[in-house]
Amino acid sequence: MQAILSTSFSFFGTNVTIAALLGQGTLGLINGAFYACLSLGLAVIFGMLNIINFAHGALFMMGAFASWMLLNYLGIGYFPALILSPILVGLFGIFLEKTIISRLYKLDHLYGLLLTFGLSLVVQGLFRNYYGSSGLPYQIPQVLQGATYIGFMYMPNYRGWVVLAALFVCVATWAIIEKTPLGATLRAATENAPLVQAFGVNVPRLITLTYGGGIALAAFAGVLAAPIYSVNPNMGDNFINVVFAVVVIGGMGSIMGSIVTGFALGVIEGMTKVVYPQASATVVFVVMVIVLLTKPRGLFGKAA
Amino acid sequence: MTISRRTLLASATAAASAAPFARARAQTPTIKIGVLNDQSGPYTNTGGVTSVICAKQALEDFGVSTKGMNVEVISADHQNKPDLAVSIARQWFDRDGVDMLLDVPTSSVALAVQSVVREKNKVYLNSGAASSALTGEQCSPNFVHWTYDTYMLAKSTGGAMVKAGGDSWYFLTADYAFGKQLQSDTTALVKAAGGSVKGASLYPFPGTTDFSSFLVQAQSSGAKILGLANAGGDTVNSIKQAHEFGLNSSMKIAALLMFITDVHALGLEVASGLNLTESFYWDLNDKTRAFTNRVKAKTPNNWPNMAHAGCYSATLHYLKTVHDMGVAEAKKDGVATVNRMKAMPVEDDCFGKTKIREDGRNLTPAFLFEVKKPSESKGPWDYFKLVASQTGEEAYRPLADGHCPFIKA
Repeated sequence: MQAILSTSFSFFGTNVTIAALLGQGTLGLINGAFYACLSLGLAVIFGMLNIINFAHGALFMMGAFASWMLLNYLGIGYFPALILSPILVGLFGIFLEKTIISRLYKLDHLYGLLLTFGLSLVVQGLFRNYYGSSGLPYQIPQVLQGATYIGFMYMPNYRGWVVLAALFVCVATWAIIEKTPLGATLRAATENAPLVQAFGVNVPRLITLTYGGGIALAAFAGVLAAPIYSVNPNMGDNFINVVFAVVVIGGMGSIMGSIVTGFALGVIEGMTKVVYPQASATVVFVVMVIVLLTKPRGLFGKAA
Repeated sequence: MTISRRTLLASATAAASAAPFARARAQTPTIKIGVLNDQSGPYTNTGGVTSVICAKQALEDFGVSTKGMNVEVISADHQNKPDLAVSIARQWFDRDGVDMLLDVPTSSVALAVQSVVREKNKVYLNSGAASSALTGEQCSPNFVHWTYDTYMLAKSTGGAMVKAGGDSWYFLTADYAFGKQLQSDTTALVKAAGGSVKGASLYPFPGTTDFSSFLVQAQSSGAKILGLANAGGDTVNSIKQAHEFGLNSSMKIAALLMFITDVHALGLEVASGLNLTESFYWDLNDKTRAFTNRVKAKTPNNWPNMAHAGCYSATLHYLKTVHDMGVAEAKKDGVATVNRMKAMPVEDDCFGKTKIREDGRNLTPAFLFEVKKPSESKGPWDYFKLVASQTGEEAYRPLADGHCPFIKA
C-alpha cells in the first residue's frame, strides 16, 4: 500500500505522488461540498422561480454571520446554530421574496439578476459597515477538533464532518423534490402554475417557501463555512462565481446535476492545485467553456 | 427625470452665484490630499476609512486653520484594481486639483500609480503598500515610502526565524507583485544565512479562501518554516487553516506581513506565539498611546496599525513642509516639495524621529513583536510583546542595493 502511495510520476514537469493526488482529491471534495450546497439552492430557485439569484453569496455570508451572532450575543453554540441560522436567514429570504422579488416574475431573467445583484451589494455593504472586512473568529466545536490519519493524509475531523453533512443535506433535498408528493406538486407548479392552482394549491405560497428553502441551503453552507474561513462580509464573493459556473455546467435548474458537478469541480480544482496552483481559480471556467461548446444545456440539462 | 422651468432657473442662479466664490477661493489656494485605498475588499481594515481618519487627525494636530492654511482631504476606493486606481488618480490630478496622494495599499496598485504622479509632478506618500521595488527599480523623485516594506519585514521577522534555527522554508505566496517581492526578499535573506527553500505555492489573488491544498503540500515538503507571503484576510485564513491541519505543531509559521488588525481578527487563541513586525504599535510609549487616544474614539472597532499611523505621520510632515515652503510653491512642483520633505527632519508621536533617504525611503524603526497569550492580555487590543527592535538604518535595504535609477543619475 505504502509503495503504491509513494509512486510518483511527472505531469507537466511537476512531480506528483499518488498520495498527494489522493490527498488533494479528498480536499477537493470538501470544497465541492460547499459548491454543491450553494449550487443546489441556486438550481432549486432557478428551476422553480426562474430567478437567477445573485444574492446567494450574500445570503451564504449571512448564514455564517447568523451563527456568529447567535454565539456571541446569545451564547448559542454551533450545533443549534446549524439549524437556527438557516431558519433565520430563510425567513429573511421569504421577506425579500414577498416584498421585492415577487414583483419580477413576469419580467425577463435579466431584471431578477440585476435586482438580486443589487441586493447582495446592499447586504454586504451593511455588514461591512458594522463588522469591518478583516473577519471575525469562530472556533471549531470542541467535539470536531483534531485530525485523523486516513491512510494517506491527516484529515481534520471538522472537514470530514462538512463533507458528510453537506452530502446528507444535498441528497435529502434531491429526495424531497424528486421523490415526495410535495416535490411532485412543486415540479408541477413550475411546469404549469395556473393548472396546479386550479387544483386548489396555493402556488404563490409554494414559490415563497421554495425561495426560503433555497436560501436556507445557502445559509446552511454558511454555517458550515464559518469555522473554516473567517466570518467576513466578502466571504460569499469568492464562491458565487464558481457556483454559477457549477450551475451552468450541471445544467440550469437540474438538481442532481448541481450536486454531482459541485463535488466533481471541487475535485478537479483540488488536482489543479497540485499541478499548477496559479490556474486553480481559472480551471472551473475552462471546464465551463468546454461544456458549453459541446453540450450547451449543461451535463444534466434537459433538451429544450 | 424631467426638468421643470423652475429647477432650470434655480440651477442657473446657483451657477451664477457660485462663480464669484470659485474665483475668491482661487486667491487662497487649497491643498488637497487624496487618500486612495481599499475601502471594501480584503484590505479595508488595514487601510480603509481609518487611514482617512488618521490623515484628518494630522490636520487637527498641525492646526491648519490657525496657520491660515486651507486643506481638504478626499478619499476613494481603488478596489485593489490598478486600472481603476490610475483613472481615479488622473481624475484627481486633472480635474479635482489633488496635490498629494496618500496611503495606496496593494503593491500592484501602488506601482501602477507611480508613473502618473511623476508625469503630473505631484506628491505621492505611500503608507499601505509593501513592495520594496517602490524605492528600488521603480523609484521616483515624487515618492516617499513611509511606513514599512518587504525588505524590512523579511529582515526582521524572517531574520528572527532563521536565527532561531529555521533554516528550511516553504512559501505560501499571493500571486502578485507584493507576494512575489516578499518571497524573493525573504528567500535572499534565508539563502544568505545558509538556509534553503524547499518549495512555494503561488495562489491566485484575490479570490482564494481555501489554502488546505497548499498547506498539505507544505507539510509534505519537510520544511521547518511555513513563510506566509500574503496579507490581510488571506493571512488570517491561512493561519486558521494551518492550525486545522496541525501544521503549527510540525512547522513554525512565519507571518511575514501581519497587522494588529489581523491579530484582532484571528483571536489570541490562534494567534498567540506568532512573531510579526510592525513599525508602530499603539502601546509602545507615552506618545503612541497619546496618539491612539486622540483617534480611538473616531475608529473604536479598528485601532490604528502601522499603515494608519503612517498616514498620520506622512500627512503631518507634508503639512509642515508645505507651510515652510509656502502653499503656492508646494502646489507648483511635486519634486521640489518631496526634496524639501527629505531635507527637513521628521518627528511625530507615532514613529519618533525619522529621516527620509534620497531614494524616498522613510527610515522608520522596525519592531519585532510576539503575540501575547490570552491570559497575558489585559485589555482591548493588548496583543503584543516587544521582542527586538532595529533602527531605521539597520532595518531597511542599503541605498546602493536598491538600484534606484534616479539616484545614479
